[in-house]
This record gives sequence, C-alpha cells and structure tokens, in this order.
Amino acid sequence: MRRFARAFALAVSTFTAAVSGGSIAIAQSSPDPADWPALLEMAKGQTVYWHSWGGATDINDYIAWVGDEVAARYGVTLNHVKLSDTAEAVSTVIAEKAAGRTEGGAVDLIWINGENFASMKRQGLLIADNWAEKLPNYALADTANKPTLIYDFTVPVDGQESPWGTAQLTFYYDSAVLDTPPTSLASLADWVKANPGRFTYAAPPNFIGTTFLKQVLYGVIEDPEVLAGPVEDADFEAVAAPLWAYLEDINSHLWRSGRAYAADTSELKNLLADGEIDIAMTFNPGEASAAIRADELPGTVRSFVLDYGSMGNAHFVTIPFNANAKAGAMVVANFLLSPLAQSKKADETVWGDPTVLNLDALDPEDRALFDALDRGPATLSPDQFGETLREPDASWTEPLEAGWMRRFGAGG
Amino acid sequence: MLRLAPPLTLTLLIGPVLAGLIGVLALAFGYFPALGGTALSLDAFAEAMAAPGFARSAWLGYWVGLAATAIGLLVLALFLAGWWGTRPFAPIAALASPLMAVPHAATAFGLAFLIVPSGWLMRLISPWATGLDRPPDWLIVNDPAGWALLAGLVIKEMPYLLLMALAAIPQTAPAARLNAARAMGYGRVWGFLTAVFPGVYAQIRLPVYAVIAFSTSVVDMALILGPGTPPTLAVQILRWHNDPDLDMRFVAAAAAVCQLGVTAAALLTWWLGEKAVAWLGRKAITMGRRYRRDSVFRVLGFSGFAVIALTVLLGLIALFVWSVAGFWRFPDALPDRFDLMRWVERAPLFAEPVFNASLIGLAAAGGAMVLVLASLENGHRRGLTASTRALTLLYLPLIVPQIAFVFGLLILALWLGFAGQFWAVALAHLVFVTPYVYLSLADPYEALDRRYFAVARSLGKSPARVFFTIRLPLMLRPVLTAFAIGFAISIAQYLPTQLIGAGRWPTVTTEAVALAAGNDRRVIGSLALIQSLLPAIALGLAALVPALLFRHRRGMQH
Repeated sequence: MRRFARAFALAVSTFTAAVSGGSIAIAQSSPDPADWPALLEMAKGQTVYWHSWGGATDINDYIAWVGDEVAARYGVTLNHVKLSDTAEAVSTVIAEKAAGRTEGGAVDLIWINGENFASMKRQGLLIADNWAEKLPNYALADTANKPTLIYDFTVPVDGQESPWGTAQLTFYYDSAVLDTPPTSLASLADWVKANPGRFTYAAPPNFIGTTFLKQVLYGVIEDPEVLAGPVEDADFEAVAAPLWAYLEDINSHLWRSGRAYAADTSELKNLLADGEIDIAMTFNPGEASAAIRADELPGTVRSFVLDYGSMGNAHFVTIPFNANAKAGAMVVANFLLSPLAQSKKADETVWGDPTVLNLDALDPEDRALFDALDRGPATLSPDQFGETLREPDASWTEPLEAGWMRRFGAGG
Repeated sequence: MLRLAPPLTLTLLIGPVLAGLIGVLALAFGYFPALGGTALSLDAFAEAMAAPGFARSAWLGYWVGLAATAIGLLVLALFLAGWWGTRPFAPIAALASPLMAVPHAATAFGLAFLIVPSGWLMRLISPWATGLDRPPDWLIVNDPAGWALLAGLVIKEMPYLLLMALAAIPQTAPAARLNAARAMGYGRVWGFLTAVFPGVYAQIRLPVYAVIAFSTSVVDMALILGPGTPPTLAVQILRWHNDPDLDMRFVAAAAAVCQLGVTAAALLTWWLGEKAVAWLGRKAITMGRRYRRDSVFRVLGFSGFAVIALTVLLGLIALFVWSVAGFWRFPDALPDRFDLMRWVERAPLFAEPVFNASLIGLAAAGGAMVLVLASLENGHRRGLTASTRALTLLYLPLIVPQIAFVFGLLILALWLGFAGQFWAVALAHLVFVTPYVYLSLADPYEALDRRYFAVARSLGKSPARVFFTIRLPLMLRPVLTAFAIGFAISIAQYLPTQLIGAGRWPTVTTEAVALAAGNDRRVIGSLALIQSLLPAIALGLAALVPALLFRHRRGMQH
C-alpha cells in the first residue's frame, strides 16, 4: 500500500510537472485598443473563436449576424462555439494554463458574468490591462447610471470584460388564467397557499434560482445595508433566518409540493406554457414578448415586478489571457457595443436583450434606431420597472446556496 | 506485425487513459498548481462527502443502475425464451437496431415528453377521459427516488442488450439445444432459459457489465429524468465541475473517484448476483420440472419488449410533433398549427455538423475495429487470452466519470500540441469507442467453432487467408454490428468533441447538447431526430448487409 502511494505520488508529480512546463510565463503583452487604427489593422484576417452558451436559436442567430457584420466591416472571421455551459470555456483556459500554453489559446472571447468572471479574474485567466474601457464604443455605455456595468455582481470589472447587455428579474403570468398577479412578497405567499402547485422557482445554484433567493432576502431583511458588505461581517444565520422562514412557509404549497424544482428559466417558461404553473420568472425583461412571437407562450402573457424593486445585473464578453486573436476579439467586443448591434439586440423580433448604452447621449440617428423598436405586449416600460436592487456582496452567494441545499435540496 | 497489435492498441490508448486517470486523481488529492493546489491532501474527499445529500446521491446511482440492468436483462431473457425462432420474432427483433440508434438524451426527452403530467399521453386522454383542462400536479419525472430515470435506462439499454444477444445467439447452436430440451418435454421458456440462455449470457456478459457501468454513472439521461434534490452522484459531479468557484473542481474530482467506487460496488453486487442465480438455476434444473405451462411468461416477455419499443417509438413521434409545433396548449392533443418551415430554414445549418460527426465517427470506429480485430486475431493465433486480458484496462474510460476524465485528456492533448486537430478528436473518441467495439466482439470471437480454422489450415491456407476468407465472413454480422455501435458511440460524444476539439469540430451532438441547454422543445425535437439519423443508418446497414449477402445461406440467417 505504501509502495503504491509513493508510486502514485511520483506519477502525479511527474505528470503535472511535465504538463505545467515549470512556472507559467508572464502573458505576452496584448494589443492596445488605445491605438485603434493599428488594432484594426492587426485584427484584419484574424479568426475569433467566441465560446458562448448556445441554448437559444434567437441568440445564436444574432451572433451569426454579428459574424457577418464584422467580416464585412473589419475582415474578422467569427466562429461561434456553442456551449451548454460557460464552465466548458473556463475548463479549456485552465487546462491551457496548466499545460503552459500562454499564447495561441483556443478561446478568444467568452460570454460571461458574475461568479464565472470573478473566478477567472481571481485566477489571473483574463487580460488584465483595462482593455475594455479603452474600446472606442465604451464611451457610449451608460456607466454613470448603471453601476452593474462597473461592478459585476459587486466584483470590480476593472476593464477586464466589456459590457454587452443588462438583465432584470422579471415575473410573468398568463392573464387569461390569472387576473391580477401578486406584487408583494406577502401577497405572493398568500397566493401560493391559495393556489397550491402553481408556483415554483429554479433550484439554486442555478442562476435564476439563486437570484430568487436574493430577491426574497431583500424583501424580508431588516437592514438591506448588511448585504453590501462581506458575509463574514454579518451574522448570516440571523440575517437569512426570515428568508428560510418565508420559503419554508410556502414550500409544501409549491409545484410538486416542493419535492422537485425547475432546472432553469427555460424550464419555467415551458411549465407556464403547459399550464403547470401560473407565474414564471426570467432575467430578460423582453423574453416573454419574444416567446409569444416564437409561439412558445400564449399571447395573453404579461409581465410584472415585485413592489420593492428587483434584482438587476449585466452580462459581458471577456478575453482570456492567452487568446490567439486578441485584436480580433476586441474588434468584436467593440462592435457589440455599437448602437447598431445594441439596437438590433434590443429588438424583440431578434432577441430582446436590453441595451447597456446611454440612449440620451447618442447621436440623433443612433437614438432613432432605438426609438424605432416596438415593445411587445408582455414587456414592461422602463418606468414600470421600479428600483433596481444591487446584488449583495459576492460572498453572500455561496452560503445562500449551501443553506438552501441543506434545507430544500437534499431531503429526497 | 500482428504480434504488435495488443501493445500498439495499449500504447495508443493507454496514454490517454492514464492521462485522464492521473488528471482525475491529481485533482482529487488536491494537487493542481494551475489552480493553486500544491500539496496532496484528502480535503476534497472530506468536502465532497460532507455535502448535503451525498450518501443519497451515491445510493441513487447504485440502485438505479443495478435495477435498470436487471430489468432490461429479465425482459430480454423472457422475450428470447418465449419467442426466439418463432415467425414474428425476426421482424420484431429487427426493431432492436433502430431503437438502439436513438441517442440517450433523445430517448430521455421522448419519454419525458410522453409521461410528464402535461405530456402527450395526458393530452391525448384529456379532457374527455380525465376531465382535466390543467395538468395535474403529479411528481412523475425528476422524482426523488429515481423511478423515471430507471424507466428511461431500461428502454434505452434493453434494445442494446437485445442487439448484442442477436449477434451472439448463432454461436450457441440454439436450435439444436432448444429442440433437444423440447424433445425431453421441457416447456419452451424454461427449455430456452436453461439450455440456451446461459450460453448467450456468457457472450453478452461484458456488454451487461458495460450497461451497469453506464447506468450507474449516466449524466445526460439523469439530468432530464433523474431527481434533483439531490441528484445522482454523476450529475452532482457535473454541477461541482461546472461551479464557477474553481476550487470546486477538486471536489468534483474527488467525487469522481467516489463515483468509481459506486460503479465498482454495483459491478461487485452484480457479480455476486450472477453466482447466486447460477446456483439457484442449477438447483432448479436438477429438480427436473418441465414448466410446460409457460404462456404467462411468453406474454410477459412479449409485452415487456413491446412496451419498450412502443415507448421509444412514440417518444420519437412526440419529438417530431414538437419539432414542427406551433403553440401547443394543454390539453390539446395536437399543436394549434404545424410549421414545417423550421426544418427547411435550419437544414443548411446541419450540413457541417452532420459531415464532421460522420467523418469523426468513421475514423474512430474504423480505427477501433482494426485495433480490436488485430488484437483478437493475435490472441487467437497464439492461443493467448492473457495479452488480450490486458486490454481490459481499456474499460477504464467507461467507468470513470467522463467530465473528470476528459479534463486530464485535454491537458495531455494541449501539452502535446494536438488540441483542436481532427485526428486528436478522433483519437479521443477512439478511447471511448474501442471498449465498446472490443466488448461487442471479444466473446463472439472466442465462441466461433475453432474446427473451421483447423480444417482450413490443414488444407494449406495461410493464417491471413483463413482470417479473411473464413473468419471475417463467418463473423460479418457481429463485426458490422460492432462497427455500427462504435460509430453510434462516437456520434454521441459531447465533451471529448467540444474540449479536445477546442470547439473547432461542431457535430450534431455538440449542437444538440448546446441547444438542449435552452430547453426549446421544438429545437430539441429536430436535433434529437437528426442525432438519431446517423447511427440509424449505420445500424441499418449492419443489419441489412449480412441479410442480403447471406440470403441463400440458411446456416447464417439467425
């Protein structure tokens, strides 16, 4: 047994020493977006592999359109690598780092936000020289009024990722089934109890599930200010107690009596379409309208938000430290920020993802692109959204997810 | 030359297998400098085992995997025993190939589309029979005990076992044995089970073990049908591996080692069960009862297979209906309108993925076939089974959770500078395809009557001549079946294609898995059908070619 252990340790250390090629070399300097004409020259002819979640045909089609545009405008070839989970792209970059591949990496651009960004940033897997803020179109981003573009789930962005879209937790329901949706936490709990089996949320750690926990936490907490600081500074058990009490209270009245939960936003959408549940939630305020157009939801679906505000955040694109086509990736990131690309993305017949730009600061003709967009019947107008609740400090996520798992996720 | 086959097979595959294993073990024991792990420790194991629901997760994979295999094998045994050699048997058993061609995820989606409370079965009988205009709140799919997952595994794996059994039966002189048993007054079912089935089982034993290994560690079907609170251990490993907190990769790897233990425990349980059944069987045989009134078992065997076949086929139809559905409100039996244009619009997008998948599949299955045949022939000529035994090492990729395994493989490929290249993807597929080709062929290879070759050699034919003119034609059916299965396994690979291929080789499966993440049922429906098409063609050819070639040879027509 001892001999085996020693042989194993030896094999492991030879292997990892071999694959890591000694220490990691310092990443080569990346192209400088401050000198944009030179960067455009460098980007010409490059092939950019954009690794991003590929679960929605409308988003995939939009990315294909981006590919056509950057090819025609800048001579950049864009390949969309469709992933089932962003973690796959993170895996590739980690493996490359472990194998000592500090340049010529397989991943040029990643669609990312939140915890994935925080992890990659912490592990030094991203370009660190504030490239995103130097992109010409970055000036159009509404950084003044949208703090989520500067703090991604409270982690400082530091120009290591470029804003792409915003999101706000939005609920929707079928108005043909449900007349007036409950818009306060108390009335939601009453409604769930009066209509057993007609409400559920996605199981954390799924993104929307964890966000629902935070949303409820904001609604039941005495002093929301503690959420702005690290969880270590607060008495987590005491702060989270009303959240667990709220969820315990409704749990047995949930869909499937709380013995199974939806997997994600898209399953919630299917459940609502099938009449299994009466209220669903999403991060994309335009999703319900887009789904009506795509025959996925009935035309009578409408949206609402809870009366004390709703969780909001942003999503980004980033470039790994060892990307092969950094200049090309920056050209794509910059194009994604252009009024043309942003307005097309906000178009509900295309995707319906809200813009990150400051519309008031745009040229009249750029502004007209946005003014021409139709809002679908299930999309709230900006003034109906109410307050945007800031994400709690990133350190809150893990204990919230673990606490939920212990109480609701492991009981069988 | 031939002597080099087993070592060549081993070196070609052992490198990737070891890299994959070491990758898992290094992470599990906390050693991975790129993520800041520089010392060996057991912390990751402690953290994995302390996770809420860990024991339950492990138990789920164990019991569901064993139960699925046992039920599948029972249905197979009763179906064969009750119906082999009868007039309806051949056309019905021919369904095994198309059923087997349906990929796991497609089978699971098809089943889910049927049996959820808002699924097609409920829609067909509502509201006229049930009075329901809203789906009932019944927990059918994703049930905490794993029954829906069990059902999905049975309908997926039973056709595979049937296919393996059909390839094996001719080597067991079934007609003569069954006739002898019947002549002594034994009932059809009992006669077959005691005189023929043990010989068949001996040949499909490795495939049965593969089914156990697969069922205890399956991810895609468990995601669709399995429980979530907690999920099976294999799904939990995926969750940990994909956790944004990169430290969880260590925990995922440790859990992968635990998963290995779960699979090993299931295999051991099965092995003990084999002993027990054999002992009981011998006891029962010596009692000499004839069991002539066996029509109940014949009906059971038939209806068991019929239910499986119908479920898979209905699931496929449900997938198709969804793929062309407009809005489809419960409890309408059919969508409010059909939209065939989606297929037409999307068709050009499928060209490259279909082409890539076919090319990789042909390369991997072809390579595996050459390696396996050469190794088996070498062992046969030298009378060795030992050198081929060493090849059992190659089963490791089947039982180590793929997501942890592929990560080590990826590091090796990157280190050698191969990642992203076509043949690197094909080689990665070879790692997963070869075991299936080997276990499909190894036992039929041994089972063929050696006297054919002795006679041919005594007539002065060279060993090579014997191999090509006697061995291959006699084994054409199992060889083609093994090739088609290898091809189907290659088509189904997601992670090796995506990661080793660095996203450069999109296939039907990478597209399907990525799009399935979005839960759009119309897209899932069309992609699952396209994903089924390539293996169906391969398996169809594997069934058709021998039937045509041997249409004038009665002895080859089983």
